[in-house]
Amino acid sequence: MKYAFRRVSALLLTMFLVSLCAFAAFSGISGSAAEARLGTQATAERAAALREELGLNRPFLFRYGEWLSGFVSGDLGQSLTYRQNVGELLRDKALASLLLSGMSFALIVLCAVPLSLLVVRAADGPLDVAHTLFNQFLMSVPPFFVGLLLSWIFGVTLRWFTPGAFPGLSRPGEAVRFLLFPAVAIAVPRAAMTVRMLRGTLLRELNRDYVRTAISRGSDRNSVLRRHVLKNALTPTVAFLAQMMAEIVAGVIVVEQVFGVPGLGRMLVVSISNRDYPVVQAIVVILAFWVVAANTAADLINVRIDPRLALRDE
Amino acid sequence: MKKTFLALVLSAAMFCALLSGCGSGEPPAAGPELSVGIAQDLDSLDPHKMVAAGTKEIMFNVFEGLVKPSPSGDLLPALAENWTVSDDRLTYTFNLRPDVKFHNGSIVTSADAVYSLERLSATADTPADIVTVDAFSNIASMETPDEMTLILRLKEPSNEFLSYLTAAVIPAGYEEQETMPVGTGPFRFVSRTAQESVVLERFDDYWGGPAAIKTVTCRVIENADGILMSLQSGAVDLFAHLTITQAQQLTDDFRIEQGAMNLVQALYLNNAVEPFNDLRVRQALCYAVDKQAVIDLAFDGFGFPIGSSMYPAFGKYFDETLIDYYPHDIQRAKELLAEAGYPDGFSMTITVPSNYQPHLDTAQVLVEQLKEIGVNAEILPVEWETWLNDAYIGRNFESTVIGVDASTMTARALLERFTSSAGNNFINYNHEDYDRLFTEAQSCTDDDEQTALYRAMERNLTENAANVYIQDMADLLAVRNNLTGVRFYPIYVLDLYGLRWES
Repeated sequence: MKYAFRRVSALLLTMFLVSLCAFAAFSGISGSAAEARLGTQATAERAAALREELGLNRPFLFRYGEWLSGFVSGDLGQSLTYRQNVGELLRDKALASLLLSGMSFALIVLCAVPLSLLVVRAADGPLDVAHTLFNQFLMSVPPFFVGLLLSWIFGVTLRWFTPGAFPGLSRPGEAVRFLLFPAVAIAVPRAAMTVRMLRGTLLRELNRDYVRTAISRGSDRNSVLRRHVLKNALTPTVAFLAQMMAEIVAGVIVVEQVFGVPGLGRMLVVSISNRDYPVVQAIVVILAFWVVAANTAADLINVRIDPRLALRDE
Repeated sequence: MKKTFLALVLSAAMFCALLSGCGSGEPPAAGPELSVGIAQDLDSLDPHKMVAAGTKEIMFNVFEGLVKPSPSGDLLPALAENWTVSDDRLTYTFNLRPDVKFHNGSIVTSADAVYSLERLSATADTPADIVTVDAFSNIASMETPDEMTLILRLKEPSNEFLSYLTAAVIPAGYEEQETMPVGTGPFRFVSRTAQESVVLERFDDYWGGPAAIKTVTCRVIENADGILMSLQSGAVDLFAHLTITQAQQLTDDFRIEQGAMNLVQALYLNNAVEPFNDLRVRQALCYAVDKQAVIDLAFDGFGFPIGSSMYPAFGKYFDETLIDYYPHDIQRAKELLAEAGYPDGFSMTITVPSNYQPHLDTAQVLVEQLKEIGVNAEILPVEWETWLNDAYIGRNFESTVIGVDASTMTARALLERFTSSAGNNFINYNHEDYDRLFTEAQSCTDDDEQTALYRAMERNLTENAANVYIQDMADLLAVRNNLTGVRFYPIYVLDLYGLRWES
């Protein structure tokens, strides 16, 4: 319990630091929402007047404080570009992005675990060599390329889905079907990485003394693998998969644009160029939370699997 | 092991079957709906606050002024059915079209027109984000003798005043324009989802009769691959401003219509910094640049070369003789550079907003061409907001490739910015004759005379090599084959009114 408390406090502290850094970095870049909004109509005087009107001239810490207190009380503020409540603006987009990253994660786990077991059993055989080569290839394919490929094959040629026309979350069945393709694009290289990692961990475990002892005692290899090796390999795998979440989120931002998924990715890019800091802050915090929360969850799960971990950083 | 493998294969196969089973099939060929792709989201929904050309392009269908532009560049009666101008050309009397309705059902009256014009006039308490119309400072008074009559009295006669009355008329006192815009155009605003889509619907009470298309969904697609994909997959039926490469990749389902972008694309030079403060250097650059080669290399031959801050759609104002004022002449360019004290050339940077691929492509070709006269140009790609802030507002740049548009269909809209005192004179052009010609043109009462003055201003820009003018870029528009009625305008708009599906 004490351990859980420590983990959650660390999560909150990380979130605070992330939001502060994002805010500071954003204040450092040239231009403000005023210039962005005025575009080619901007003159120095006009921009100054609009900055004043939007409250962008107030000191940095004051604005951050205002944003933070709003955030804590559940008010994400008003978008400077859309003049709309940020929470309202982002709700569906956040859900779409989180759904997409969740689906990618599920695909990675569903493919990588059985595949790596398959590969471990065939270790050093011809299948293993083929796998190593193929895996190397899949790991190095960038998600946007897989995305383009999938869009052309399944979207344009086979017409199984319509890239660029996301049906919306109000039709969950169709939305999930649509998101399956970007999820595959994100999952392919990461699943390959996971297989490689799992294979390594499992093989290392298999070479340990206790495995040899168990087998020499008469247990058969498969039951040792299932009963002891898998359990021991579980902790590093959970930690690895949690770290994978950061890469999945990065993949989501890229792949969303290829498939035309109206998620947080495009909104983040556009809001940065519009200098719309309430929106950027909100998105950064949502994405960071998703990543940090995954890691915290992994820590908590691992402690249940192996309680010794909680003692290690006492 | 074999079992696991088999299970995997089987589940994969089932999965595919499931997906193909509920495939969406062919896109609807004909119907009352239309999906238009747009490359950027709208910057504001309030017609008096929108700045981006891409926003006005779409909202042209939602808002109208007293008059509206025609595809040939004339002004047609819109909310004003007709008007008279007094002999001293100071008093305009407009008779409003009776029974025109706003999208919210209320009738358009002269009070709404007055409200709209006042909202666009700069006063001390005008909000900073209203894009004010300077020409309205010429209005001495507005009178509304009755609900259908509007009398405008001007301080000075102006030949161009009418063209500014294309400004949107909105309901008096209505405060929700920014979230739920209300106008009088053939389409009414339904909804928007940020960075996703804008939905418009046919306004059945439109004074000119309802449009053929019932619902128009404008989908925001910024990604270059996404644009092609969305056309090919059937997500989008029409997409304007495609690149040559994109247009060439489209299949037989589409035809490409070619118009003009109506932009003055040039290598804009900061006339206030060294070495561009020297006329000979600027002229040398003009001689060194081969615009036709730029068009051929970067745009596959699509584009119209220009020689000053005016493009062909402006008809009588466009002076063709200026196009070849500086023929491609390396020798002459080198001589001029030597005279100016740069016999070995110099180094310069070309700042280019990196979100505009055509401008980047142009800059690439320019770099090569300038090498021939020993000028070592380097491209500095910057984000659009940085470009606006540093180059455009801050005027902190050496040279930049950009396209400048005309906000209204007046020569003034293109030429006024280069007067020495103009707030948007980002190249710091400063020429007494030019300022004088502009003042004369403004007080000029005769249209022919004024046209001549504007042409003289264009010539002044060319002779003084204010910028290295390149082209009015071609506008390539992909339309699904059975969609007809595309009309091009001399300004940056997409007219949805005439579009219809042929069966």
